[in-house]
Amino acid sequence: MIKAQVLVAGRGKAGAIKPASSPEEAERVAQVILSMTVKGEKVAKVLVEEALASRYERYVSIVVDRGSKCYTILCSREGGVDIEEVAAQHPEKIIRYRIDPILGLQEFEGRTVAKQLGYSGEQMTQVAGIVSKLYQIMLQCDGELIESNPLIETKAGEIVPADLRILVDDNSLFRQKKFLERSKTYEPDMTELEIKAREKGLAFVELEGNVGIIGNGAGLVMATLDMIIDYKGKPANFCDVGGGASEERITAALEIVLANPKVKVLLINIMGGITRCDDVARAILNIQKKMGITIPMVIRLVGTNEKEGQKILAASNIPSLNSMEEAAAKAVSLISGAT
Amino acid sequence: MAILVGRKTRAVVWGITGSQGQFHTQLMLEYGTKIVAGVTPGRGGQEVHGVPVFDTAQEAIEKVDADASIIFVPAPYAKDATLEAIAANLNPIIVITEGIPVKDEILIMEIAKQKGTTIIGPNTPGIITPAQCKLGIMPSHIFKPGKVGLVSRSGTLTYEIAASLTNAGLGQSTCLGVGGDPVVGMSFVEVFKMFRKDPATKTIAMIGEIGGNAEEMAAEYVNKTKYPKPIVAYIAGRGAPAGKRMGHAGAIITGKAGTAETKIESLRAAGIRIALKPGEIAKLIKRPKLTIN
Repeated sequence: MIKAQVLVAGRGKAGAIKPASSPEEAERVAQVILSMTVKGEKVAKVLVEEALASRYERYVSIVVDRGSKCYTILCSREGGVDIEEVAAQHPEKIIRYRIDPILGLQEFEGRTVAKQLGYSGEQMTQVAGIVSKLYQIMLQCDGELIESNPLIETKAGEIVPADLRILVDDNSLFRQKKFLERSKTYEPDMTELEIKAREKGLAFVELEGNVGIIGNGAGLVMATLDMIIDYKGKPANFCDVGGGASEERITAALEIVLANPKVKVLLINIMGGITRCDDVARAILNIQKKMGITIPMVIRLVGTNEKEGQKILAASNIPSLNSMEEAAAKAVSLISGAT
Repeated sequence: MAILVGRKTRAVVWGITGSQGQFHTQLMLEYGTKIVAGVTPGRGGQEVHGVPVFDTAQEAIEKVDADASIIFVPAPYAKDATLEAIAANLNPIIVITEGIPVKDEILIMEIAKQKGTTIIGPNTPGIITPAQCKLGIMPSHIFKPGKVGLVSRSGTLTYEIAASLTNAGLGQSTCLGVGGDPVVGMSFVEVFKMFRKDPATKTIAMIGEIGGNAEEMAAEYVNKTKYPKPIVAYIAGRGAPAGKRMGHAGAIITGKAGTAETKIESLRAAGIRIALKPGEIAKLIKRPKLTIN
């Protein structure tokens, strides 16, 4: 079996896992897989391993259960396929087992899950062991998700997790040093600008449109995006400079947003709380001088010290608006004018 | 007294000697909040803005009379600080800190549940009962006392909506952020239960966002219990792509779950009116509810 080693799920579906029956065929298949790009990630490595004939495929994972505030085991007799589809169409086929945060996963609980999955005898104990190991890894690595899809049974009757992946909690990287190093150099799902933004500590997501958006606070920026879409505009990005944004952060945000050649209009939406509007206004002026911003800017600047901030902008002929709705409408109208 | 915090609340600050803790302690004191102690290991005996600092919570609660607490310490130390506050029987505990690992949050919430402690956050702007008590980092001047209870998963978007309510002449009973992380202490449902019993709250403004199913659970609760107070909701993230975290650790659409559309749909089905723009919340609250067939 030749398997692409990539940090994205859904390799099988993308044709990046293929069998081979001879060394020659393995070489040929490996070459094909090595020339592939799976969900944006170029395949750089393949794993060649014994093809395990399986009598069936099952699914086991441990996830963070937001509602119950604990880790929960999810498993199903329908493995090897898209588990989300199983969950959506046949929720009764998904077995859920809550792990007590204090007690952890006891051995009898592992057996209970294995039994529910349809195992008995020696296999039940084996599967209980696998589930217990998954939980240990989850705790040791600060996982958000650990998943074996599929869990298989070989012809000899042995249970093997034929595939295993783990998502590590970004917030744990201060203590998961080995993953911190890897995450710096390897980001298959991110664009170049997104990686740059992360280095600067900005929450940034690149989108398809042409209205560049910068704001302070995740909710406020999401709301700004939604409003642009409601006015029939297309956001080029999500960019949150966070609370108490300093001039350096705002500069970094402007540099990244404007580095996207698709951006035709820039919308800045600041609701100053701890952030002071006069500081923001001065930052914008400094940056404009330094960078020579040529595309139209729409600025909405309200909150703490808004009068001073608006005055500073007005003195340099930069209009600022009071309402988020006006600002969004204006940004979209400037796009229609520009094209 | 609105909900959770009021005139009588007396709070202990964790991280009071740090820059954030010092700065916001001053602002909370200026607002009239009773900050009675701070806890920083190794800094016992110092004072910050006239507030005594203790090495341990045990010492603090022996020396001063306190009930609530607020946590500003950095993420790597937040679990320990919060567990110490829980052990000291402080309740509620507001955890401002952003970036706490979810494994730590799960443990905190379990211990808090066993002890019956209310946790607000983590990753929250905090809670304010206007003109009475502020335990948080929100700008004070945009809030006015009144009858709207406001509950949110966001920070600045809460300020945006609170300011528009105040500008429209609608004051607030209590405003709180439940936090932007996947695992947080209070859900919308728990806050709704408190607002239900609070005579000061007549209407509720709810600010949700993509990710998880806290809004759907709230809709189910409202529907099942024939919730007696009108609710208006705004959900951020209709334009967010799947699989990307939108600033908050908890704001992520996984597969087809947690989209704004499904949230809006279930809230509407529960009779909750939806504002499509943040500014519409005030308008909808002022407009009496039309009978829907």
